[in-house]
Amino acid sequence: MTDAPSSRPEPGGKTFTSLLEQDARTRRRNAAEARFRAYGLAAITVAMLALVGLLSSILYNGSSAFRQTFITLNVYLDPAKLDKDGSGDLDKIAKVTTFGYAPLIAKAIESEFERPGIGVEGLKAKAAAKMISKEGAAELRRFVLANPERIGETVAFRFLASGRIDGYYKGRVTMETAKIDKNVSPEQLLLADQFKEAGILETSFNWGFLTRADASENRPEAAGLGVAILGSFYMMIVVLCLTLPIGVAASIYLEEFAPKNWITDVIEVNISNLAAVPSIVFGILGLAIFINFAGLPQSAPIVGGLVLTLMTLPTIIIATRASLKAVPPSIRDAALGVGASKMQTVFHHVLPLAAPGILTGTIIGLAQALGETAPLLLIGMVAFVREFPAAPPEGFFDPASALPVQVYNWTQRADPAFVERASGAIIVLLAFLLFMNAVAIILRRRFERRW
Amino acid sequence: MNISLVILAVVAIATIGFFLGRSRALAAVEGDRRRLHSLPGYYGQTVFLFSAVPALLVTLGWLLLQPLYVESQITGMIGAADIAEGSSRSLVMTDVRRIAEGLEVALAEGRLSEAELASTRAEETDIRALLAEVGVAVASEVEQGVLEAAKQYRAITGWLQIALAAVAILLSLAGCALALSRITPEFRARNVSERAIKALLILSSTVAILTTVGIVASLVFETAHFFRLYPARDFLFSLTWNPQFQGGSDLGILPLLWGTLYVSLVALVFAVPIGLLVAIYLSEYASRRMRAIVKPAVEILAGIPTIVYGLFALITVGPLLRDYFAEPMGLGTSSSSVLTAGLVMGIMLIPFVSSLSDDVINAVPQAMRDGSYGLGATRSETVRQVILPAALPGIVGAILLAASRAIGETMIVVMGAGAAAKLSLNPLEAMTTITVKIVSQLTGDTEFASPETLVAFALGLSLFVVTLGLNILALYIVRTYREQYE
Repeated sequence: MTDAPSSRPEPGGKTFTSLLEQDARTRRRNAAEARFRAYGLAAITVAMLALVGLLSSILYNGSSAFRQTFITLNVYLDPAKLDKDGSGDLDKIAKVTTFGYAPLIAKAIESEFERPGIGVEGLKAKAAAKMISKEGAAELRRFVLANPERIGETVAFRFLASGRIDGYYKGRVTMETAKIDKNVSPEQLLLADQFKEAGILETSFNWGFLTRADASENRPEAAGLGVAILGSFYMMIVVLCLTLPIGVAASIYLEEFAPKNWITDVIEVNISNLAAVPSIVFGILGLAIFINFAGLPQSAPIVGGLVLTLMTLPTIIIATRASLKAVPPSIRDAALGVGASKMQTVFHHVLPLAAPGILTGTIIGLAQALGETAPLLLIGMVAFVREFPAAPPEGFFDPASALPVQVYNWTQRADPAFVERASGAIIVLLAFLLFMNAVAIILRRRFERRW
Repeated sequence: MNISLVILAVVAIATIGFFLGRSRALAAVEGDRRRLHSLPGYYGQTVFLFSAVPALLVTLGWLLLQPLYVESQITGMIGAADIAEGSSRSLVMTDVRRIAEGLEVALAEGRLSEAELASTRAEETDIRALLAEVGVAVASEVEQGVLEAAKQYRAITGWLQIALAAVAILLSLAGCALALSRITPEFRARNVSERAIKALLILSSTVAILTTVGIVASLVFETAHFFRLYPARDFLFSLTWNPQFQGGSDLGILPLLWGTLYVSLVALVFAVPIGLLVAIYLSEYASRRMRAIVKPAVEILAGIPTIVYGLFALITVGPLLRDYFAEPMGLGTSSSSVLTAGLVMGIMLIPFVSSLSDDVINAVPQAMRDGSYGLGATRSETVRQVILPAALPGIVGAILLAASRAIGETMIVVMGAGAAAKLSLNPLEAMTTITVKIVSQLTGDTEFASPETLVAFALGLSLFVVTLGLNILALYIVRTYREQYE
């Protein structure tokens, strides 16, 4: 038949249908096919939207943490207040507390009022001094103690603006909210605008966010990640120093030497189970064994590092075993053939060839450990730590914070400025993770060998 | 003597031993290395291992056992009179430790001399002020008994430190000497050092077992302690969770279990269909280019730490759900809710489900697809009637693993689900989970004698058992029902 069959009734009740024309059943099947495909696309879209939403929400909330409003004032370091007898004796200067410095700042603001175009009716210098962070007086004191010879001079000092003034330039505080906020008044905001006109107030990159220690509840503008970054760094050192040798040694044994018996099976089942144990259980382990039993100090990077080591070990063992397995048996046979011992074969030939894979796995394991929060909460890393830990090895035992825990810590505080700080800290954390993963990918691309 | 200094000394001895061993071996054959059994380096290695390993192991064991010994010596010195009202022996012990540390610092800074310390009495000197000066804060006034205990503590630990240093260094020297004395041209140095290295490898692989033992032991031990203070029946079957720090609290696990399961269910309802469809689309429909973009993007989701998801729940999803669903519908006013935590956890689980399913779907042989297409099935029919049934055990395993992840997840629920223990069906209400309560009972000032703190270990044990059970079940299903296509 050369013609396409036309649809006409046949004897026996069957209907001929055209190949070019879909019958109802085919249409239904094709529609189902299209629907199914659309479901798949929709699922991918949802997943991508979730990723974009997650990242953009963090970026949107956090990027402002990297900018900070500063107010530069000419402060007269009045010898009558700071160094009463004029002896220049540091111990005596140190007796002046931060309260003694507050009037100097108020004076400095008062002198700014003499400039044309500055000054808001009903705003006294003392109230205007509240625009400066509470940290300001402490910073000025630290400056004076470091440079006692400058007492009596007028120095241009760059103060942090208070959290509310900072929030005003980031859109968090408006004239309306200032009316009902007891920490800031609309007059202060007006004055801030005048200061900005005059160039006294400026917004610039916030290095302090990366270098300062945490600050207390009511001075979010002074809170920084310095201690947390250092603490996380210390923990990563501990994790790296413990997990890499132990993990590689364990993998070498299991992959190259272990006899097939029940002990080996127990170890293998153990490792795969440990990989699936909830991270908080490791925190309980750390609390019970390392802190209560072994008596290590709370909040210390060494304890965090040990707990994270145990958590990372399965990841590293699995990655190392995979890359040991990927080294072809011919390499081993060749080494054994020219008289190397089994141990020499492994250490001189197999291990170097597997090294890029092991390194990649290690970096990914470290990245995982860096973002881990829950176990660290239990071993006391949530504590408020203002002091930088000392240099290692003593520093491993000093209290410190960690990046993800600092984020959690800040979300628990009432001032909305801490939301910005927490998101900013997440950006820093993600930047570290991105860097580590990029290094892992580059290493893999560069050195991975396909046999 | 400082511990790190001891370790450094041991390593230094071992390193010197390495070179001594090497040169001794070479000297034994007058520089003709062909007459040696092993390469000269192996002789050095045996010396290194013999001097370092036993000494370091002894140091490690010593450090683990020392606190126990000191504690047992000191506890007897604290009389019943020294334990203040509302305090406990363990709290006093903590004080003793702190005071001893503080005295150490005071001595080091020269605020106190050894002779002065010996004659110091708590009634005469303000120990607390002295300690505060060196930066050690003590909660209460220091009693004479406690001060004596602290002095004793300092004396014992100081003595033990010196003993440890002596033992470790002597052991190291002895090992070094022994290994050196064994070096002869016939000595099978390679075999010896390889056997030692193998022992180290075995030792490292047992760390995994030790970890598990540590987890189980600490959980079981403290849980047993908890059940002595609080009846197990109430813990398992009581419907209220209401810890009171004055005592008399209700610590029923059921509301927490309900919250945990509810949040996990919401998460799985969200994550399983999406994850599965993503996996199917990527492996059956997507072009190579799309796969190259989407797959890494999904994997980024897997690499993001859970604290990021927690913050997302707290500052974005929670307020969004509250403002657009909960409040208009009159179902709740809280931004933390089961739905918030569940949705965000669902996002976290998408890559988990999709990458595990992707693996099992790709393991279904191409021949089965080709057979189905050859019979005229469309792609979706092939997926639904051929591929999914073949991959089902693997997918069920993946879902169970995802469920275990959801149940054990902490940060998202801590920041997204709330803290109120409730038995309610309303998904827009704040509820709490086992992990949230573990965190809240164990953070802050904890005293390990009250049921309110110890309950966290019982909760941890329940969590451990449930997740372990799910994992074993998943593995079992995958192993038993896996179709073999070889």
